[in-house]
Amino acid sequence: MAHAASHHDHDHGHHDQEELKTFGFWIFLMTDCILFATLFATFVVLRLNTSGGPTAEELFSMPGIIAETFILLTSSFTSGLAVLSMQKGDKKGLIGWLIVTLALGIAFVTMEITEFVHMVHEGATISTSGFLSSFFTLVGAHGLHVSIGIVWMIALVLQLARRGITSVTKRKVTIISLYWHFLDVVWIFVFTVVYLMGVM
Amino acid sequence: MANHDTGAHKSHGGSFKSYLIGFLLSIVLTIIPLVVVLNDMMSRNATLIVILAMAVLQFLVQLFFFMHIRDEEKPRYNLMTLILAVVILLTIVAGSIWIMTYNMTAG
Amino acid sequence: MLDNLKEFASEFFVTGDPLILGAQVSIALTMIAIVIVLTYFKKWRWLWTEWLTTVDHKKIGIMYIIASLLMLFRGGVDALLMRTQLAMPELNFLEAEHYNQIFTTHGVIMILFMAMPLMFGLFNIIVPLQIGARDVAYPFLNSMSFWLFFWGAMLFNMSFVIGGSPDAGWLAYPPLSELSHSPGVGQNFYIWGIQISGIGSLATGINFIVTILKMRAPGMRLMKMPMFSWSVLSSCISIIFAFPILTVTLFLLFLDRFLGAHFFTLDGGGNPMMYINLIWMWGHPEVYIVVLPAFGIFSEVVAAFSRKKLFGYASMVFAMIAISVAAFFTWAHHFFTMGSGANVNAFFAVTTMIIAIPTGVKVFNWLFTMFRGKIQFTTPMMWAIAFIPCFVVGGMTGVLLSVAPADFQFHNSYFLIAHFHQVLIGGVVFGYFAGLYYWWPKMFGFKLNEHLGKWAFWFWNIGFYVCFMPQYLLGLMGMTRRINVYDFDMGWQPLNVVSTIGAFLMGIAFLFQVWQIAHSIKFHKKDTTGDSWGVGRTLEWSIPSPAPVYNFATIPVADERDWWWEEKERREQGIQPKAIPLEPIHMPKNSAIPFIKSLCWFTAGFGFVFNWLWIAIPGLIGVAICMLVRSFQYDTDYYIQVDEIKRTEAALRGAN
Ligand code: HEM
Ligand SMILES: [Cu+2]
Repeated sequence: MAHAASHHDHDHGHHDQEELKTFGFWIFLMTDCILFATLFATFVVLRLNTSGGPTAEELFSMPGIIAETFILLTSSFTSGLAVLSMQKGDKKGLIGWLIVTLALGIAFVTMEITEFVHMVHEGATISTSGFLSSFFTLVGAHGLHVSIGIVWMIALVLQLARRGITSVTKRKVTIISLYWHFLDVVWIFVFTVVYLMGVM
Repeated sequence: MANHDTGAHKSHGGSFKSYLIGFLLSIVLTIIPLVVVLNDMMSRNATLIVILAMAVLQFLVQLFFFMHIRDEEKPRYNLMTLILAVVILLTIVAGSIWIMTYNMTAG
Repeated sequence: MLDNLKEFASEFFVTGDPLILGAQVSIALTMIAIVIVLTYFKKWRWLWTEWLTTVDHKKIGIMYIIASLLMLFRGGVDALLMRTQLAMPELNFLEAEHYNQIFTTHGVIMILFMAMPLMFGLFNIIVPLQIGARDVAYPFLNSMSFWLFFWGAMLFNMSFVIGGSPDAGWLAYPPLSELSHSPGVGQNFYIWGIQISGIGSLATGINFIVTILKMRAPGMRLMKMPMFSWSVLSSCISIIFAFPILTVTLFLLFLDRFLGAHFFTLDGGGNPMMYINLIWMWGHPEVYIVVLPAFGIFSEVVAAFSRKKLFGYASMVFAMIAISVAAFFTWAHHFFTMGSGANVNAFFAVTTMIIAIPTGVKVFNWLFTMFRGKIQFTTPMMWAIAFIPCFVVGGMTGVLLSVAPADFQFHNSYFLIAHFHQVLIGGVVFGYFAGLYYWWPKMFGFKLNEHLGKWAFWFWNIGFYVCFMPQYLLGLMGMTRRINVYDFDMGWQPLNVVSTIGAFLMGIAFLFQVWQIAHSIKFHKKDTTGDSWGVGRTLEWSIPSPAPVYNFATIPVADERDWWWEEKERREQGIQPKAIPLEPIHMPKNSAIPFIKSLCWFTAGFGFVFNWLWIAIPGLIGVAICMLVRSFQYDTDYYIQVDEIKRTEAALRGAN
């Protein structure tokens, strides 16, 4: 239940409502953890089944991956700064930091897509081997999450511009920043398990 | 309603300083495993341990400095669900590896 | 042109089987009839505003229950068809291929589209009333869950008239379920039907956890909460951790079939065993997900009709939560024969046996609750009592199966079939029936006819034992599951005949229930007290039946375990509760988005089933648009004013 237009003396009720939603979102993130856990498990089990196709070592080019990692790390930081501005009631700062986060997110996704296209051109597709199936699915699932986050964040920036900082938009920002930190954490494990262990 | 702003997810805690510390720590924790792996500094197993440990540490950094898990009011449902999720997550990954090592069809 | 169309139709529709033709004709006729009736009585608008767009948990619950009873009918017909085929050796009633389809759809429908929605229906109707909440935490999401389930179930059920049913078993093991072995669209229906409704189930899990943890009446600390709500909480804990695994597993299978990936294929570095491993990580918790709420129902019913406090409340809570977590550590007992090595098997055999302990604790608690109680043999109570021996035997045969070496013998035999039907019917179905009968007056304001209910009860129970006891023996005699013919000289015929007779007795029992419902709708006596059985102990019985939209005009301070029971005693002694002043009540507005968005999912799923991207992509775009529209909606709730509450309460309470 979102915010009603008239909220003078029922503020407390609404406030609880928003808190409720944040808690639900946290639980959703936990289910998302399990989703990624399953993908990780599949990847780890299948990672050596290259079926004559390219291996991780032949395929990955680390410089791009390292750049992606730092971009995402920074965006996690800037989304935190957005929340900080929100807490101070600074709407301009909030929207500004969200836009920076968005830009970094878009850069990340673009680099990832370029990387994938490059691999496909080299003949490494999802149907090449068990290893590549699980690779594309795991990394792709993360990329898809980031992309959804981007669309969502754009929608949120529009709402913030229109409505300013209210208890509803506040909750929405809190939630999306949690989501963004979460995606960063997932990426750390993608980076470690897929890429670092792949070239090790 | 500012007077209600005491709980964890409400205030989303944190000061600029804590965000900055978190950010710097995660940069360091990313660079360490990179250096170790790219320079082949250790044996396979040692490398594995180091990079996984760094990843876990970085997860904790994000959790404490960015997601402010510490600021939660009691009862700490967020923390409880997180712990349960981690236990089950480990079961899924480790359990699959354990079970599947006997069934690996090499290829 | 016409020829092309004909050819397309003959592939698109399932043809060539008189049974299916009959079903197609009757489905078409039913749909036409529904449209005519709705138009004639001018009910379209009513249907839309009162039901399809509702976010009221009570109405959503009723829709879940209606849908699940229809699915019970479909799954039951499947079962009877199979039992008919098996009654005699070398019968040619169902071809092998058709038989495979039927046991697959039977299994999927019974578990995912009958047990789950019936369970969610009870969650929806009872939990908010029982904890003193005005709705669930996220009413909009709740409606979304229902419609996702509904359209997912429709997609799955469509398969038998359009395109062809899945036939690789209810868990669709690869390589059988892969494109190489099942090139038809049946498996796609399986994947998308389950996937779409599975997302809904996950959302329900989140919704009820938050509802229970955060929306209890003031004073109701967790350890004062009614046992059914505890069981829902424990079941939902399992849901939120198990369903993502299912989602991923099915998605990977989809990628194998759709994009030629190699997760579970035999070639290209895939590994079918990984699928079996993953699906059971969901599948085992799933069993507990459906059985835990049944435990909760028994606890409520047994206490109410013994007129006693539940024995061992704390141990019950502990047992339920322990089960919901421990359920995640036993999955490998489903594939002891896969060859995972002795250590793995030993570990999982032990965890399985350990999980039997909390279950045993519960049975003793129920027995002690009944001990020296003033037991009333109403239909809910009879179902609860019938459950105990049935579940105990089922549990013991389960422990037998968990002995890894023995399982090599029983695996895939009728012994296993008998075991899991015993826990699923004796535990889950009996449990939900008990709940349905117990809370029926709360939902509709009148009781179901007890006399007919008792007939149904005895037919179900006798039918059950006649049907499944012989199957244990058949299993020991070597009859394996999923066969559609057997030879005369195997000597299995007599027991199979008995078993089939039992199945038909259960069929008759179902007819009795339909009659019972129809009869009670026509001839019921309206309940005016709200506490229809007179023995209610928990909050839901303190308000009128059916409950008004907002459930509680004022929310009581429920700081005792059986609050309503204590309250009744206090009132008898003349202590009246303190009047709490009415306040405007904050309620969510209805929304069409859940219905439309789920329909878009259905469209997308349908497109993917036939590999028609020109349908799938617009469907997905529709989903995205619905989400964005919702994100920009801010005017989503309203207030019920005090005078309206007064009017409603006066009308409801005025009756008594
Ligand atoms: C109403 C009485 C029922 C009868 C007579 C019945 C009968 C059967 C039969 C004959 C089979 C096929 C055995 C084989 O050939 O392998 C079967 C399989 C199965 N049944 Fe039932 N059943 C009933 C109720 C239920 C219920 C209530 C559930 C679940 C809640 C259920 C779940 C299953 C499952 C999961 C399978 C396995 C399907 C597979 O092999 O893939 N059944 N049942
Ligand atoms: Cu199991």
